[in-house]
Amino acid sequence: MANMSLKKNEMPSQDPNVRNKNFLEVALGYTEEQALDEAARCLNCKNPQCVSGCPVQVRIPEFIQKIVEKDYEGAYQVIHSTSSLPAVCGRVCPQETQCESKCIRGIKGEAVGIGRLERFVADWHNAHATEEPVKPQSNGHKVAVIGSGPSGLTCAGDLAKKGYEVTVFEALHLAGGVLVYGIPEFRLPKSIVQKEVDGLKALGVKIETNMVIGRVVSIDELMSEYGFEAVFVGSGAGLPMFMHIPGENLCGVYSANEFLTRINLMKAYREGADTPLMDLKGKKVAVVGGGNVAMDAARCSKRLGADVYVVYRRGMEELPARHEEVEHAIEEGIIFKTLNNPVKINGDDKGYVKSMTCIEMELGEPDASGRRRPVEKVGSEFDLDVDCVIMSLGTSPNPLIKNTTPGIEVNKKGGIIVNEAGMTSQQSVYAGGDAVTGAATVILAMGAGKLGAKSIDEQLSGK
Amino acid sequence: MYKIVRKEALKPTVILYEIEAPMVAKKAQPGQFIILRVDENGERIPITIHDYDREKGTVTIIVQTIGATTEKLSHKSEGEYIQDFVGPLGRPTETEGKKKVCVVGGGVGCAIAYPVLKKFHDCGAEVHAVVGFKNKDLVILEDKFREASSVMKLMTDDGSYGEKGLVTDALKQLIEEGNQYDEVFAIGPAIMMKFVSMTTKPYGVKTTVSMSPIMVDGTGMCGGCRLTVGGETKFACVDGPDFDGHLVDWDESLKRGKMYFDWERHKHEETCNLLSKEVK
Repeated sequence: MANMSLKKNEMPSQDPNVRNKNFLEVALGYTEEQALDEAARCLNCKNPQCVSGCPVQVRIPEFIQKIVEKDYEGAYQVIHSTSSLPAVCGRVCPQETQCESKCIRGIKGEAVGIGRLERFVADWHNAHATEEPVKPQSNGHKVAVIGSGPSGLTCAGDLAKKGYEVTVFEALHLAGGVLVYGIPEFRLPKSIVQKEVDGLKALGVKIETNMVIGRVVSIDELMSEYGFEAVFVGSGAGLPMFMHIPGENLCGVYSANEFLTRINLMKAYREGADTPLMDLKGKKVAVVGGGNVAMDAARCSKRLGADVYVVYRRGMEELPARHEEVEHAIEEGIIFKTLNNPVKINGDDKGYVKSMTCIEMELGEPDASGRRRPVEKVGSEFDLDVDCVIMSLGTSPNPLIKNTTPGIEVNKKGGIIVNEAGMTSQQSVYAGGDAVTGAATVILAMGAGKLGAKSIDEQLSGK
Repeated sequence: MYKIVRKEALKPTVILYEIEAPMVAKKAQPGQFIILRVDENGERIPITIHDYDREKGTVTIIVQTIGATTEKLSHKSEGEYIQDFVGPLGRPTETEGKKKVCVVGGGVGCAIAYPVLKKFHDCGAEVHAVVGFKNKDLVILEDKFREASSVMKLMTDDGSYGEKGLVTDALKQLIEEGNQYDEVFAIGPAIMMKFVSMTTKPYGVKTTVSMSPIMVDGTGMCGGCRLTVGGETKFACVDGPDFDGHLVDWDESLKRGKMYFDWERHKHEETCNLLSKEVK
């Protein structure tokens, strides 16, 4: 008998005033009881719309039915057969615009908490599973994957399961890409990423860190000298964008990438860390931008003891971040200064930030993106006292691969051009994720990694 | 892990490390840098390459023990390992097609000026060298510089060796004497590179500098190494590290370079205390 409650089971979370002072995970995860109650809300539709909303087509009703049957490992296997990173997706996917947006229960009431159930299942597996994944029989084909973020890990996992000998090349000293340098511990514990990476290694995937492809070895050399028959490029987002306003290079102005890398990858928030970060205790921070990365930067700043503003040129309604992230940020005491845009950043005589001049905005006619265009209110400039500014305006794809691989074409924004099979303009070289689309989501990158793996398999298995 | 196959103290605080890193050695070129981490908790620090041996598979760096990370590194012995060593990063220095150049090195910057100077020399250019040190005790690589240059000026701040004065004094004199350089290449402390650029500007001599700003990933992701060149924001890790010295916004770069000055000093003291305790 289905549970006809209109509301989904709430996610147990740390109290906002406690969690805004620590880096522990905010959402604590469903208990078994809550998971069973939530799973009973799924109507197990004959023609499930939710699946089509998932970029990696997880068979959602099937895994939820396994939960109902208390076969949690079975539920995990259903998810894992199409998604390489269930514990990650259950935490960071924007389910509300994907699977859950298509859920029939959402028409009257709230959609089934698919993401929360996915997380429950993945965590159950991580806590209870004892069977090591078995390395499949090699099919003799060698594939190189560049980048160990969500697209690269997905592509590597899918290929490894089919018996390909996969080597993942990672530029940093740790595998995981944006999952380790970008997304903070309190949203995605690094131990979970490590588990997923270890899982791939158990499947036989080799991970080579400290390898900046394009510098130490080119893609062409990977194929001609190292015997890789196909390459998947998942090199991720590249250089951070700035506003090109005066004062952007003052001390105390960070890109969100740098700020988050210092915190997440280099652990600068920990006592005794070797990597420096500005001391934000009792300081004021302005995060410029309104996306998920901006929310991450703002919430990290708060945890480091700062008073934090999010400065965004459109309104609350237009914030591109996930609703849940914005809500969490507000609960944690972050102040939203929407309809404001920075004009310049002012420094003291030593070159440190002391304030940021902003101008008020109002929304005019819709622009090309369909959102109402923000227009400056003449004469409304004011100074916001801040000690640190974090620019979170997106990124442009890393130029390294393009510059060192003549055969790969890129678009005007620097994104690698791929066809419907995910192949670049160079034969046997595929690409996906932010390197192709510019900054997007983990799950879209995973979808692209999946497509790349499928196309590579089709190409090489035909040989 | 990367093995330290040779460690040689050129001076008490200037140490040469030859690191086993065959892939990096195979591709390294003058002007490029590496990023290393000493241990698992280590900071990533960029160091410009001094030399490489493609056959032996090693890369040599010369490091001044100046902060917490370099202090930790200095406590590693020959035969021990460092955690991470990634490279080669950045664009190689453009050394082709020059007839006559002057390479200016300051302090430990000479360690990286040397491979550039040698490459100019190997490419067939007439090479003049101006190198500067605080005093006699800090002079490094003198013989190597002499070998690869036709004119060499060695300057010390206090006159304890070579000529007394700054590298800019010697450079100015060489230019005034009628030496027409296709390019002046300066590597050293930012303040020295700034004044070299100011010295050559009135003469219109193309001046290239090798910038070493604060960096985290070094691969074109974090944007921490940005600087303003000719009014545009550039990233030293992917656009550089070589830039036109006449176009660099020096005051901004100098200030950015000091961003963590107090933090670094404190951390260095802390590390020294910790390491000396371990020794006891």
